[in-house]
Amino acid sequence: MSFDTPALMQEARRQLEICNACRYCEGFCSVFPAMTRNKAFADGDISHLANLCHNCRGCSYSCQYIPPHEFALNIPAALAEVRQDSWERHVWPAPLARAFHERGLVIMLVMVAAITAFFLALHGRAPGEGEGFYAFVAHNTLVAIFAPAFLLPLVGVAIGLVRYWRETGGRRIALADLAGAFGSAARMRNLSGGHGEGCNFEKGDRYSDARRHAHQAMMYGFLLCFAATSAGTLMHYLLDWPAPYPIWSPPKVFGISGGVLMILGGVWLALLKLRADPDLGARRVWGGEMAFVVLLVLIAASGMALYAATGTGAVPALLAFHLGTVLAFFVLLPWSKMVHGFFRLSALIIEEQKKRR
Amino acid sequence: MRCNPRRTAGAPQDTLWDLVVVGGGNAALCAAITAAEAGAKVIILEGAPKPYRGGNSRHTRNFRCMHRGPLSVLTDAYDEDEYFNDLLLVTKGKTDEHLARMVIRTSEECLPWMQAHGVHFQPSLSGTLSLSRTNAFFLGGGKSLVNAYYNTCEDLGVAVVYEAQVTHVGIEGDRFTHAEVTIASAPPVRVRGKAAVLASGGFQSDLDWLTRAWGPAAANFLIRGTPYNRGVVLKDMIDQGSETVGDPTQCHCVAIDGRAPKFDGGICTRLDCVPFSVVVNRDGDRFYNEGEDTWPKRYAIWGRLVAAQPDQVGYAVIDAKSIDLFMPSVFPPIVADTVAELGTKLGIDGAKLARTVAEFNAACRPGRFHPTELDGLATEGLSPPKTNWARPIDQPPFYGYSLRPGVTFTYLGLKVSDTARVQRADGPLANVWAAGEIMAGSILGQGYLAGFGMTIGTVFGRIAGREAAEHVL
Repeated sequence: MSFDTPALMQEARRQLEICNACRYCEGFCSVFPAMTRNKAFADGDISHLANLCHNCRGCSYSCQYIPPHEFALNIPAALAEVRQDSWERHVWPAPLARAFHERGLVIMLVMVAAITAFFLALHGRAPGEGEGFYAFVAHNTLVAIFAPAFLLPLVGVAIGLVRYWRETGGRRIALADLAGAFGSAARMRNLSGGHGEGCNFEKGDRYSDARRHAHQAMMYGFLLCFAATSAGTLMHYLLDWPAPYPIWSPPKVFGISGGVLMILGGVWLALLKLRADPDLGARRVWGGEMAFVVLLVLIAASGMALYAATGTGAVPALLAFHLGTVLAFFVLLPWSKMVHGFFRLSALIIEEQKKRR
Repeated sequence: MRCNPRRTAGAPQDTLWDLVVVGGGNAALCAAITAAEAGAKVIILEGAPKPYRGGNSRHTRNFRCMHRGPLSVLTDAYDEDEYFNDLLLVTKGKTDEHLARMVIRTSEECLPWMQAHGVHFQPSLSGTLSLSRTNAFFLGGGKSLVNAYYNTCEDLGVAVVYEAQVTHVGIEGDRFTHAEVTIASAPPVRVRGKAAVLASGGFQSDLDWLTRAWGPAAANFLIRGTPYNRGVVLKDMIDQGSETVGDPTQCHCVAIDGRAPKFDGGICTRLDCVPFSVVVNRDGDRFYNEGEDTWPKRYAIWGRLVAAQPDQVGYAVIDAKSIDLFMPSVFPPIVADTVAELGTKLGIDGAKLARTVAEFNAACRPGRFHPTELDGLATEGLSPPKTNWARPIDQPPFYGYSLRPGVTFTYLGLKVSDTARVQRADGPLANVWAAGEIMAGSILGQGYLAGFGMTIGTVFGRIAGREAAEHVL
């Protein structure tokens, strides 16, 4: 599929101008009040609205102008296309982004398999000498692989965010911006439907909180796992206390609760996605989005399995697979659905700024 | 077609229904829900296919609600007398005080009822602050309300048939027996019932009827709402001797964007630029005082004014000073650097338009301009004058919009009693009730009061449903 930013922008602009003359949907989410600030929409305005949209679809099911009406509005899809395109244009390097978003499942599976094989081979040649996992792969080997695999993709995302910030007219961040944006994200306010009964995702024109709750489980599970890794890193370097850690320690408490939440949230999100109308999103990246959810579930599930298998002969294979999923996640981070978190948070911050102007 | 065959066993014609509801908009749904909650076995015959279900309710955005103190999203208070006076002003007395006051009084209990049946409200929309006290806005608009009611109907086991065009209401003596229905172009069937609620709207989408009633100019009118309100049931009932109310030749008609679709353009086709414009006809001549009053009080007469011009078209011209003073239009305006060029782009004589605007500009006088109040900034020595907001059109770029008459609804309707019962000269029908646009002429004989159509539909829909259920159960 060819990338035609001007065409995507023009279609979104056509639709937004009709929306802006109606305004019935103002109460659903942040997009519509933001829209009313403009009479004409520059590309940066449209990118901003697109990243502010959480694809709750409330507007679409309420819209008197969806097909077969000749205005043929499909705001969730038009904004999803622009949003997707904005990530792919801005995040560096762009060609990789396009490849993953469109053929995500294949790339993800190949990558996980390759990395798993790599770690198994590494273990066969040069097993570590430490305790626990480090008996299989040395700690320093892990750091040497993961540090650049973690940091380089973040550089790609950071470049993308700077470009995005310029395009949408974002300014220097104030504390109030962060408070407002994190407040919205923490409660997923934009998936509440405005009335608190949720969005129109898997049940057609009926409201449901399922996606909001599934996303909360995934998001907080992910953050807990991240906290577990961070706690482990600090304990390793600051307290000189290497893994393995006991069950009551922060890495284990955060990791286990986070892992369970990620598995539940991820499976739930995938099931909801199967029931939702694919035409109300960016259809060409449906597979990439699904691959991202599957990858998160694989990370959490392999991590939990690894913990359960402590002391058994399954550990080398499970560890290699787990590291494979985690490394694939990091390497693919700038070009997978993961970037939605960075861009949406940016959009929420920028929206706080624009609201106050 | 979605008719819950499992729950109701068989096709619509195989069942003797407690209540047959003709129509599928707000009034029909309120009647069906009320009757079904009372225990009646109800079928809704909706003429439109599913994506267009809901009649003109799909395009609505609020309902006007009496309240003695702050209520949900409504601020302050709006009492019965003030509400009734507002109605008297727009109808110029063409109303039925008894029915009107009953609707107004009942509107207060409607709001919580609507919420209990899935309707969500939101504060009044940006640009409509003047309505925040009187009108409760639906979150997501009328289609969202319609969706909520259809879901409620589904939960209550009400059968819903789409593309079900009722061609004849079968009446024996003073009793309804069946509706003759064409479902999705299949051969007609008879849907039998113990009672009927008629809530199938007016006739504004039947252009032939409109042309017969109004005159040939109506062929150029745009229909703002559903193409499915063709008045088939209304005409059938009139032919069977039902009493009518409302002027059969009149429709509520406003000036809208001339580029709007022939049908179903809805709210977004409105144009609020006239008070800041010079408006000319096809020949480039002005024909009415653009600044007579604020737009909410004048948009309805501009439908008739434009309808009286050659080809039923007008052109509003503004300059760069005014482009941000009104709600955005659904389509971008035509833009040009000179007035003459704008005229050519609009398809009229550019030189003539430039002369008209120059004459207007020469008649403008300095003074304080205030866009949201009557500022008295008037032309001098110009005919017709512009008595407010008269600033020269002189700052490029110049913007132009075409205007056409857009029909909202027709006034002719079935006469009903305060229990929504349909009347004949010899008395009421025993088991036929009417609600919504099909009977609104009883209360709204002229003009329009924003959000009042939905109030009439909700109040009379619930009455009709309640009365019908009491009759059959």
